[in-house]
Amino acid sequence: MLEILLIYAIIPLIKITAIVLFLSGAIAYLTLLERKVIAHIQVRLGPMRVGWHGLLQPIADGLKFILKEDIVPSRSDALLFTLAPIFTMIPAFVVFAVVPFGPPDMLEGPLRSVLTLVLEPAAVESVVTSAIASGGFVTDINIGVLFILSLSSVGILGIILGGWASNSKYPLLGALRSTAQMISYEVALGFSIIGVLLVAGSLSLVEIVQNQEESQLWYIFVQPVAFVLFFICAMAETNRLPFDLPEAETELVGGFHTEYSGFRFSLFFLAEYANMITVSALGVTLFWGGWLRPFPNVEWLSFLDFIPSVLWFLIKVFVFLYIFIWVRGTIPRYRFDQLMHYGWKVFLPLALANVLVSAGVLLIFM
Amino acid sequence: MAEQTILDTKELEINMGPQHPSTHGVLRVKLKLDGERVLDAECIIGYLHRGIEKISENRSYINLVPYFDRTDYIAAVSNVYGYLLGVEKMMGIEVPDRARYVRIMMTEFNRIASHLLWLATHAIDIGAMTVFLYCFREREEILKLFEALFGARLTTHAFRVGGLWMDLPLGFEEAAQKFVDEFPGHVDEYEQLLTNNRIWIARTKDIGVISGEEAIEWGISGPPLRGSGVDYDLRKVRPYGGYEEFEFDVPLGVNGDTYDRYLIRLKEMRQSLRIIQQVLDNLPDGPVRGKAPKILKPPVGEFYSSIEGPRGELGYYIVSDGSAQPFRVRIRPPTFVNLQALRRLVKGHLVADVVAIIGTLDIVLGEIDR
Repeated sequence: MLEILLIYAIIPLIKITAIVLFLSGAIAYLTLLERKVIAHIQVRLGPMRVGWHGLLQPIADGLKFILKEDIVPSRSDALLFTLAPIFTMIPAFVVFAVVPFGPPDMLEGPLRSVLTLVLEPAAVESVVTSAIASGGFVTDINIGVLFILSLSSVGILGIILGGWASNSKYPLLGALRSTAQMISYEVALGFSIIGVLLVAGSLSLVEIVQNQEESQLWYIFVQPVAFVLFFICAMAETNRLPFDLPEAETELVGGFHTEYSGFRFSLFFLAEYANMITVSALGVTLFWGGWLRPFPNVEWLSFLDFIPSVLWFLIKVFVFLYIFIWVRGTIPRYRFDQLMHYGWKVFLPLALANVLVSAGVLLIFM
Repeated sequence: MAEQTILDTKELEINMGPQHPSTHGVLRVKLKLDGERVLDAECIIGYLHRGIEKISENRSYINLVPYFDRTDYIAAVSNVYGYLLGVEKMMGIEVPDRARYVRIMMTEFNRIASHLLWLATHAIDIGAMTVFLYCFREREEILKLFEALFGARLTTHAFRVGGLWMDLPLGFEEAAQKFVDEFPGHVDEYEQLLTNNRIWIARTKDIGVISGEEAIEWGISGPPLRGSGVDYDLRKVRPYGGYEEFEFDVPLGVNGDTYDRYLIRLKEMRQSLRIIQQVLDNLPDGPVRGKAPKILKPPVGEFYSSIEGPRGELGYYIVSDGSAQPFRVRIRPPTFVNLQALRRLVKGHLVADVVAIIGTLDIVLGEIDR
């Protein structure tokens, strides 16, 4: 009985808590990283006052957001206005339930050494051999990719509701833009992922990584076109430059969150960063071999194994995020119609062609 | 006036400004939108009106000078220059050669500073944040030069009747030379970030197109006029203050779109550098202030003095009744005239283009509202 509790309740709960806490911290510090990196690109220093080189800045920002007056415009739809930021924030977190940080036996050693203190040897064995307990992920479901895609669509709902409930013109325009943008890019994003799914033959993120290990190749080498498409669409999906139209501040003031203030605003703000981490994690898992070290089957590189698999995963996510920030510091913003033009007339046909070619090649050679 | 909307929907009327991040001050534009397409745009100005033209009827000619720093605060040096040229012509005051050269140098520095500020804000309107800060880095160097010579950075009160208030401070020429040597590299840097950038081209090519003839009809002057291919630069057409002694080219555009206007301003910065270099090479010695009476009483009459400011033709129409105060000073601010064309330029474009077009007109509200 105890071991079942351990496998299905206690250990997953501990993992969930750890991931949520870690993610909150990561999001907060991602804002600092962005400010710092962009500042250095732009020959300035960025935050320097709060803590050493601004290291405590995210905490100060968080405090400020909480202490600010929380305004709900009198003409707005108060219920939806309140719900909207929650709708954008939560899916970004839930997605991490299926993202694998490490291999299925990642926690086996530590678990075993802890559990032998309290359990019978047979019970210990049954716990540590269960992937749910000892895997480097919360759960491994066989429709992982589908789960992520559907949840990220719920995130859009929050933006639409936020813009609609504000009952104001600029937010409405911003919300309309983001709806159109995210829906059209989601299509191309989905098709770019299909290329990987065809090669991997599975929708489970854990299996996709394991297949990359077996085939001795990260899928970026197998599906380069899909990766480029995925990356661009991911940028559009998270509303980052050059696709940050929903909140194009020079045109639409604040876009969909113009009327938001205080902690509600910060939820929208942080959700953008949470989504960045989500798509980065997804990209790393699908294309960059997840927790695997570079060239997982090359023998003489095995000294790289001294870095634990979780760290490899985090390093790759960091690289992904850095590119996001780097792009923001470099290029201007697309116009709305140009964005739709690229989405429907360039990326979608390319993604479709990629699926067709991949499927054809697989059919002939496999 | 409103065109038929595509679907049977209501037009959306939104207010852009006066508090809006990219109307460059307190311009208010009432936009009529069909979705994101602009059906009509109405400019509403006057939020920064300080009555400078009226004030100028109650001040002496000399006391007036600092007020013109504050009309177009981005190009304060040019503004004062234009006014003083007029007053000196009316009074027949001779300006020594050294002062004339320094005035031209500082006016060209001001042109560069003004164009830098334009590029910075134009780029950030279109989303290129980094160019914004790069431009401010270089503008800072020019402001340091202003501070060394004029004692102020923004509202400089640059020149005095008859010349300058003092000679160039020690080390000024070296500092100016250093800037002239380094600046072309920086312009290359902006060009690297923008000129061949696909997104930049997509956002600026064929946006806000106006033909040369139409631009003349609207009374447009400055870079927007030359962007449409009209060769009209007052420094060449009607040289003033000694510009005929310097060699420089007038860059011209072809298509009259936002991209051409961008290229022209970048080229103008390089031409201004050429003029500054010639000043530094041939700076004559001598006094910097000519003989001028303490109280100016120009003869009865009217006088129009105009210069090529960074934004276009900047004119001062001064009417004297023979007393120590002007009877009337009418300013012809270039962007006030250029802004008229906004409605014509934005029609049919998208909301995002409105921002780009306001940026490309390079308006300064202090000058428009006066």
